Amino acid sequence: MPKLIPVADALSKPFWDAVNQRRLVLQHCAACDRLQYPPQKACQVCGSDAGLTWKEVEGRGHIAAAIVIEDGRLNRRMPDQPYNLAMVTLDADERVNFYSNLPGTPAYKVPVGAAVEVTFEEVAPDQLIHEWRVVP
Amino acid sequence: MSAPDRYQWRRDKDGLGVWEHRGKVAVAGVGHSPVDRRWDGVSMNQTLGAYSILACRKAMDEAGVTPDQIDGVICCDSHIAGGSGGSASQWAPRPYFDPPYDSEWGLTLVNAQWLIAQMGLRNVRFAPTGVPTISEMVGMAAQAVGDGMCSTCLVIYPTGNLEGRYRRGGENADDYARGARQWTAPWGNHGGNDFVNIFPHGQYCRKYGGRHDDLAPFVVNQHRNGLLTPWGFNATHGVPQLTVEEYVGSRYILNPLRLWDCDRPVNASAAYLFTTAERARDMRQKPVYVLNHSQHSFRKRSTQEDLEEIEGWTDRAAARMYEGAGLGPADVDVFNPYDGYAPMTQFFLEAFRWHGVGRGDAFAFYAGDIRVEGPHPLCSSGGNLGNGRTRTAMYTDCIEQLRGTAGARQVTVRAETALGAFTTPSSGGWIMFGKSPS
Repeated sequence: MPKLIPVADALSKPFWDAVNQRRLVLQHCAACDRLQYPPQKACQVCGSDAGLTWKEVEGRGHIAAAIVIEDGRLNRRMPDQPYNLAMVTLDADERVNFYSNLPGTPAYKVPVGAAVEVTFEEVAPDQLIHEWRVVP
Repeated sequence: MSAPDRYQWRRDKDGLGVWEHRGKVAVAGVGHSPVDRRWDGVSMNQTLGAYSILACRKAMDEAGVTPDQIDGVICCDSHIAGGSGGSASQWAPRPYFDPPYDSEWGLTLVNAQWLIAQMGLRNVRFAPTGVPTISEMVGMAAQAVGDGMCSTCLVIYPTGNLEGRYRRGGENADDYARGARQWTAPWGNHGGNDFVNIFPHGQYCRKYGGRHDDLAPFVVNQHRNGLLTPWGFNATHGVPQLTVEEYVGSRYILNPLRLWDCDRPVNASAAYLFTTAERARDMRQKPVYVLNHSQHSFRKRSTQEDLEEIEGWTDRAAARMYEGAGLGPADVDVFNPYDGYAPMTQFFLEAFRWHGVGRGDAFAFYAGDIRVEGPHPLCSSGGNLGNGRTRTAMYTDCIEQLRGTAGARQVTVRAETALGAFTTPSSGGWIMFGKSPS
């Protein structure tokens, strides 16, 4: 069963456009030299929108924590149950984190602390999402 | 019958000092409706509106206050379990009933205006709209009474539950993830406090040592305290005492989050009567004084809040509360933090350092004697886990413990101060009560 399909808005369109090109780009505040994800209208730290730009980052991270969804509430995902849901931190800035189902890793077999790398997965024609795989 | 648009009632900043109305506001009445699992869609004396009116009348009767004396009504929009649940979140489109139940109002929705009209409260001068949840309503009432916006104020918190599978309709049935959900739902996070807390809880277990099922003594004790609460769901529905074996054998929802880590949605209402300390002394009940209220709303850095953030947020919330109350951890006798999902209570317990519990100590504390008869009567209310999702048991227990009317739940340790909350680590509020005003 496919995953839910993200609907881009004005703020997130550059992010999803890049994902559809198999690139990971995050907001970057020049003043604070910080990455920001999910995108926001202004820098979460300094409150300024003037220095916010999109910056391509290396898709490497680590698994910080994980659960297994056995009885979730999203109809579209129910046939997938049980499935992993991990919290992945970005190596370039551990304050940035992502969700991942860790494709290729069986449910209940998540190696917390392991290194992961970004991958991209089609959820609808012309729509990819970012996912993360454990680095062998 | 409203509040000024920009009434600044919140105490949601660091370093505000001792609350200016400390000990000058009191709670003089408490009222609870029955707690049902669901409204059956038929019984008109069991609607959320009927239950809210009943709770108000009980609180007023307890205080000895007449309808004409009420000059403040604070009621948030109803919280229906499955608010994002599409057809499960509204009673309509079935035919409505005779007035006052000729619309969704009174059935699944209750607010101050509806209550004022139905109860004939003619002298209300403070009835704000856009009221937040009970976590902040009690603070709003305390501040409004202290500021003189009103002097005899009802606070009503309705929580509804209708037939239908919990929160599986609406946007959860959507194939698309819109708005903030574009960052969570594709991977399976529908959004909710269960997800908010379960990841930091996992980090907590790894950082400090421990297993998820170390929560068992806490959850079992919550059920025990719930069975000692005469009005709660468990006590009024013959729910048997949960055992450790049943807990560790229960099915997973978000593994390791178990079924018994989650509160039970219910249909109920509760009301509290806030007034000035001076007026309260002439009312029927022994006054319970408000020593401080505080709120917080912290923003997470990224997609998922982590343990470091949650510990920082709860530390700040504790500091705000203690500073405003002019008290410290050793001064808090009764402690009723929120427990709607079991893995969040440890964050509050450790932040407030109740009974000396520091970071990483909660599981060992749970394994000790936390019964109400014992030396460490944690969550003497039984909370949501023991009483159903009324989100009010914590407040009622604080008040009853200080009055000395908690019955079988009455703690045997000193009961001169009580701290309660319905709050998440990121947002909500706390309130400190005192047996005396100073």
